[in-house]
Amino acid sequence: MNSITKTNHEPGQVQTVLELAVNNHAGVMSHIVGLFSRRAYNVEGILCMPVGNGKTSRIWLTVNEDARLEQMIRQIEKLEDVLDVHRHGAGHEVFERVGEFFR
Amino acid sequence: MNKDTTETLTGSQVVVRLLERQGIRRIPGIPGGAILPFYDALSQSKLIEHVLTRHEQGAGFMAQGAARATGEVAVCLATSGPGATNLLTAIADAKLDSIPMVAITGQVPTSMIGTDAFQEVDTYGLTIPITKHNFLVGSARELLEVIPKAFRLAASGRPGPVLVDIPKDVQNERIEVSEWPEPGRRDPVPEADADSIERAAAMINEAQRPILYLGGGVVHSGAAAQSVELAEKASLPTVMTLMALGAMPVDHALSLGMLGMHGARCTNLALEECDLLIAVGARFDDRATGKVSAFCPNAKIIHIDIDRSELDKIKTAHVGIRGDVKQVLGKLLPQVKSNLRQDWLSRVGDLKASCPLQMPGIDDPRTPYGLIRAVADCLDDSAIIATDVGQHQMWVAQAYPLRRPHQWLTSGGLGTMGFGLPAAIGAAMAQPERTVVCFSGDGSILMNIQELATAAEEGVNVKVVLMNNASLGLVFQQQTMFYGQRIFSSKFKGVPDFLKIAEGFGWQTLDLDTASEPKAALAAALSVRGPTFIHASIDRHEQVLPMVAPGAANKDMIGG
Repeated sequence: MNSITKTNHEPGQVQTVLELAVNNHAGVMSHIVGLFSRRAYNVEGILCMPVGNGKTSRIWLTVNEDARLEQMIRQIEKLEDVLDVHRHGAGHEVFERVGEFFR
Repeated sequence: MNKDTTETLTGSQVVVRLLERQGIRRIPGIPGGAILPFYDALSQSKLIEHVLTRHEQGAGFMAQGAARATGEVAVCLATSGPGATNLLTAIADAKLDSIPMVAITGQVPTSMIGTDAFQEVDTYGLTIPITKHNFLVGSARELLEVIPKAFRLAASGRPGPVLVDIPKDVQNERIEVSEWPEPGRRDPVPEADADSIERAAAMINEAQRPILYLGGGVVHSGAAAQSVELAEKASLPTVMTLMALGAMPVDHALSLGMLGMHGARCTNLALEECDLLIAVGARFDDRATGKVSAFCPNAKIIHIDIDRSELDKIKTAHVGIRGDVKQVLGKLLPQVKSNLRQDWLSRVGDLKASCPLQMPGIDDPRTPYGLIRAVADCLDDSAIIATDVGQHQMWVAQAYPLRRPHQWLTSGGLGTMGFGLPAAIGAAMAQPERTVVCFSGDGSILMNIQELATAAEEGVNVKVVLMNNASLGLVFQQQTMFYGQRIFSSKFKGVPDFLKIAEGFGWQTLDLDTASEPKAALAAALSVRGPTFIHASIDRHEQVLPMVAPGAANKDMIGG
């Protein structure tokens, strides 16, 4: 347990959905979530599936918005295996639809 | 790809050939079970010399020493398990100081990965947070792509360490190779935003009290000359981080030397008054800024860095420019107006006169500052100056007249005791025509003392100057200053006979404590080629001053 992690589940908490295009091989997920965990920044939700011929994957992350988010995005963009990062607002459809499996 | 005749080669032979084509001529490392196929292939190379170190951390820092002295990517080698874990500190150190390095490690055979096999450790997982990028290689064919890519990544953009972990079966796998990839080289630098450069030039032209703040990126990008040119054209008093020392000669009229925790009073006070801070390849490290909210409280900020994630990380820049600092300074220079800035330079001159760096004992070689000055008096600017970490490091940073980029090898970000000796050896092997001086302390030197053997074996021209206070001096100083003088675990009760140790390793020695003419003895010792160990006792109550307490504002300096 990382006791520095502040998981804020209060109603007012704003969330952001990040959409990443990445190379699909073992270790890529570690590189990405490692950026968050070593800063004690909790990732609330993760979805990952290969796309097209399987050489790349798409990763969806839900994170709580805080002052470090811009720095996190810049760090993600620096990763060699990350091809693209898109920032969406809260409540993106992808997590809402998958949410059915978590009820 | 170059067309050649088809050859059948093992993965190991492929790596050796790629390293040869890359221009690598020397690799420090230690063999072991999981990397023996590679060593077998390396033994057949007519171009690459292997340097057998006595600890893998020594190999890592020797590669770093070569990379820091030359600016080129250097390579180190280790086997799986403990070989790889022993490299970790040197890799992390390279990450924090942006040093281009490729570490190659052996791994247990692919079929045994994940079984807790003998000498198996998750090298890939362990190195994710301390490398720029890392690879676990899945086939010999992949090596043709991975090795050049590792060099390209290490050298491109913000430089850094890259690790390539190669399972033993991949090293042994035979493949047919008919074409060789081009060696991995630094990518072209991205084009910086012209509007931002124009705005930065306007801000410099309008500023009344600007200061130029140089960081390690200036050295890495080869922008020292442009930095000095900018400072001279626009009359910019210039401060340097620990990593940037040498970028502007410290005795240049515009130089204010090192800023921050152990900067001179005049340096930190000038920053307090500046209305524009021009940060070039610097990352606002806490040792440089002190309490960030109180750092340059009246200044607008221009921040130029190759790494976009450094912009706005600690301080929000009024103009942030992502780009290679050499290129950006080149475009900035013609837009910056010549300016004599007499009022500001005269104010900075007053500060320099009224509160300069105090260096008590500078003429007495039996004091810390005097010893450093006496060493400097025996050498010219071609010498390389390495340090370990602690009081001696800060004294040398303050007092040694560094005048050349790549002259200064020190562990800045990670602050690794044990860095100095192997880094000095690596630099001396890469540039054998130079004299390499390693200032060290009795705490630091013991952390990689085994590399005295490597140095003697290679006959490198390294001079260790050991400042022995039988203490962990900087810890002793902090306990004295900030912990009510409760000295705990910072004084050594047993102190080894360092001269006997050095002699035992085959080094020439000089004890300055017993020398009747220390300056003459020093000059003689530094002029003879080969490894020489110079010992000098210093008083453990000597302090590095001024000092900003950790977390305090830079204006609140103690002493000095």
